[in-house]
Amino acid sequence: MKQINKIMAYEFTKEDLDEIEKIKAKYPEVMPATLPVLWVAQKRFGHVDPDVQKLVADTLDLPHSHVHGVASFYTQYYKEEKGKHVLDVCTCLSCQLCGGYDILHYLEEKLGVQKGETTEDGMFTLNEVECLGACGYAPMLQVTNDKYVNHLTKEKVDELIEMLKDGKSPEYEKIGMPQRENI
Amino acid sequence: MIMSSVDWKNYEPVIIPDIKDLHKIDVYRKNGGYNGFKSVLTDKKKWPEQKSVIDEVKAANIRGRGGAGFNAGLKWSFMPPADGGPRYLACNGDESEPGTFKDRKIFEYNPHLFIEGALIAAYAMQVTTIYVYIRGEYKDYIDMMQNAIDDAYEGGYIGKDILGSGYDCDFYVHSGAGAYICGEETSMLESLEGKRGYPRVKPPFPAQKGLWGRPTTINNVETLAHVPGVIKNGAEWFSNIGAANHPGPILYGISGHVNKPGVYELPSGIPVLDLIDKVAGGMRNGKKLKAVIPGGSSTPILRADMLDGITMDSDSLRTVGTMMGTAGMVVMDEDTDMVDMLWRIAHFYHHESCGQCTPCREGTGWLEKVLLKIKNGNGEIKDLDLLLDITTQMEGRTICALADAAAWPVRNTINRFRDEFEARCKKSVHAVA
Repeated sequence: MKQINKIMAYEFTKEDLDEIEKIKAKYPEVMPATLPVLWVAQKRFGHVDPDVQKLVADTLDLPHSHVHGVASFYTQYYKEEKGKHVLDVCTCLSCQLCGGYDILHYLEEKLGVQKGETTEDGMFTLNEVECLGACGYAPMLQVTNDKYVNHLTKEKVDELIEMLKDGKSPEYEKIGMPQRENI
Repeated sequence: MIMSSVDWKNYEPVIIPDIKDLHKIDVYRKNGGYNGFKSVLTDKKKWPEQKSVIDEVKAANIRGRGGAGFNAGLKWSFMPPADGGPRYLACNGDESEPGTFKDRKIFEYNPHLFIEGALIAAYAMQVTTIYVYIRGEYKDYIDMMQNAIDDAYEGGYIGKDILGSGYDCDFYVHSGAGAYICGEETSMLESLEGKRGYPRVKPPFPAQKGLWGRPTTINNVETLAHVPGVIKNGAEWFSNIGAANHPGPILYGISGHVNKPGVYELPSGIPVLDLIDKVAGGMRNGKKLKAVIPGGSSTPILRADMLDGITMDSDSLRTVGTMMGTAGMVVMDEDTDMVDMLWRIAHFYHHESCGQCTPCREGTGWLEKVLLKIKNGNGEIKDLDLLLDITTQMEGRTICALADAAAWPVRNTINRFRDEFEARCKKSVHAVA
């Protein structure tokens, strides 16, 4: 009974359904809408666990297995509930060379969790991730599939954690071209 | 020693010029933007037919900036004649190769240049719909591109009957969701079709059967950003910039142990050492240069002593057994631990292997495991030869090039820093002498 209630709890709003119609119009078939609609679902529910995957499949009239296959292939879809903020620390090549692991271990110590775990209060999930395409601004991390925080130091990590605890989000960090004056 | 004749010090950037607010369509237009596209649509004297546009781009020899370095115009000419059905251009902005962070600069600072290039390409190939595939992590850049595309629709450059020419074309952004493999062109098509990103067997090539079985061309975002310049200034202008066999401006992404990492727009054919010492401000903390990965993690590594006279173009890099790749250069100083570094690269490819082909799925895993054993001090000398053996069993035996991309760094880093790897291994107990 509990399971049924949970499934029924996941429903797209009218607004979501309108957006899904717009997405479908971009492609000649329905299947290509799978990735973007999973994004819509993740934005709405915070994750795409198997029940949300079923909702996406039913909304698009696609097999559940197809949506599950897609959701499980791509790392950015959360297949289970995560902390309020997900910290994806890059440790790949350039970030490794510039101290990405120091940042990861500092966060593990600071938050009292290992990579892949969520803090007890549900505030933070800490992940080690592959290259995020910010190699020149290493070490860096991404906050919940959104803003990049670059040129990390322990102090900057402390500030970020305080800011997130205060309910504020980091802003977009504009990084210009070093050979130009105006940009 | 070969001396380079490329005059990069006086180079004026064209892809990302020093113009404030160029990402806004009005500023872009004020600076001659969309004139190239307008001319191919309306100037029937200069561009009598679509083929003349393809020929010009082919003559310019824009070598694909995604890593493979294939002539873009030649790729366009593989599209079969139009039959009235849908045709597609898929623009690759997946940009996931470690060390590569250049296309995001185009999305941020000059998105309309890329849009114009894609539209010229689309018109030349009589494409009906353009998709730009951007990696999901680039949320901010996806939003910026969407805004730019919306503005271009409003300006009449995209949509129905573009600029009164009767040509129709749509342009959509498609967001990825975290998978390096989707930068492989046929995997990107699968992902656009809403599936798991498994690369396709070729042939059929995308020009014959691409998106939804229809003719499709795939170009890197930076490649397309070079097209408006070629149309406005001619193929000769482009092919006179930089190195003769790999001409044009390049967005170099420099990262690692340098003082001023970042993206720099300069001609091809710059001496590698100039790029490190003069452009990127030299080595951090006055350390000595140890090694360079010239174009993303899959390109074979170079020792510092191999760099004399080597320039950033495919011909010169080939003489030392490496490649241009994406021109995302990773610089390492004397303190870098090559075993740790190589293990991390192997870890990346193991994580990103899609699992479709056995040699890659299993091979990337074994490379990582054996390297971890060596990294932890438990390896033996014979493990190094085991690693080299695994690489030969992966290379060329899979549907796409990910297995090769995983094998090359392992083979070349071990061969070029063998002493360091051997020093980390336990001494053999079976030695006779």
